[in-house]
Amino acid sequence: MSDIRPRVRVPRTASAGESVLLKTLISHPMETGQRRDGSGNVIPRWIINRFTCEFNGRNVIDMALDPAISTNPYIEFEAVVDETGEFTFTWHDDNGDVYTDTQSIEVA
Amino acid sequence: MKFSRREALVLALGSAAAAAIPLPALAAVEQAIADFTGGAAVAEGGITLTTPEIAENGNTVPISVEAPGAVAIMVVAAGNPTPGVCRATFGDQAGAQMFGARIRLAGTQDVVAIAQMADGSFVRASNEVKVTIGGCGG
Repeated sequence: MSDIRPRVRVPRTASAGESVLLKTLISHPMETGQRRDGSGNVIPRWIINRFTCEFNGRNVIDMALDPAISTNPYIEFEAVVDETGEFTFTWHDDNGDVYTDTQSIEVA
Repeated sequence: MKFSRREALVLALGSAAAAAIPLPALAAVEQAIADFTGGAAVAEGGITLTTPEIAENGNTVPISVEAPGAVAIMVVAAGNPTPGVCRATFGDQAGAQMFGARIRLAGTQDVVAIAQMADGSFVRASNEVKVTIGGCGG
């Protein structure tokens, strides 16, 4: 489904050693596998099961997600930046797809 | 030991009733926690779990959890069909050992957060969240 779109909010600039708050969102139904359709058949589980963030290749956070995460998973967390660089965010889908987004930050 | 027939019957009925008590939800949460901790003792304190007192919509309940000095944090929901919510592992570039997310809660229940600290110990915090409309599609 090509409607799966990530959106991240990263501050443009920061001072060296500062901890910045990152807000991430990806549009995804996060089908729990608990619902039934009109005919009573179970709608199969389909979720983002893993989210990671790296800064200049170094890991910030690695999260395993279960069906209890809401639709359009929103995750916020903090990263410490010591130099100008790039954040790479990845979302791993149950069906094997991996969605990525990158954002740069300038560090004074 | 010699039971009279009456005693044997009462014993059998009693254990059948005890076995029939639906404790699978409780067992599943404790199992999920044990898988994370490897059975180690879990202390209280050192971890802050922030949840709303009342969640109007069980489909999206904002939570945040922070545990300074933690290596990993796991969140479970004791009353959901499956207890796991998420598990975060922090890397070198983490600014703080915290995250916020929006989760689904099937009904009023306890949300439990467990942190694995850098020294290998575990701490937990648990909040009850009242849910007006359940959010697991059931």
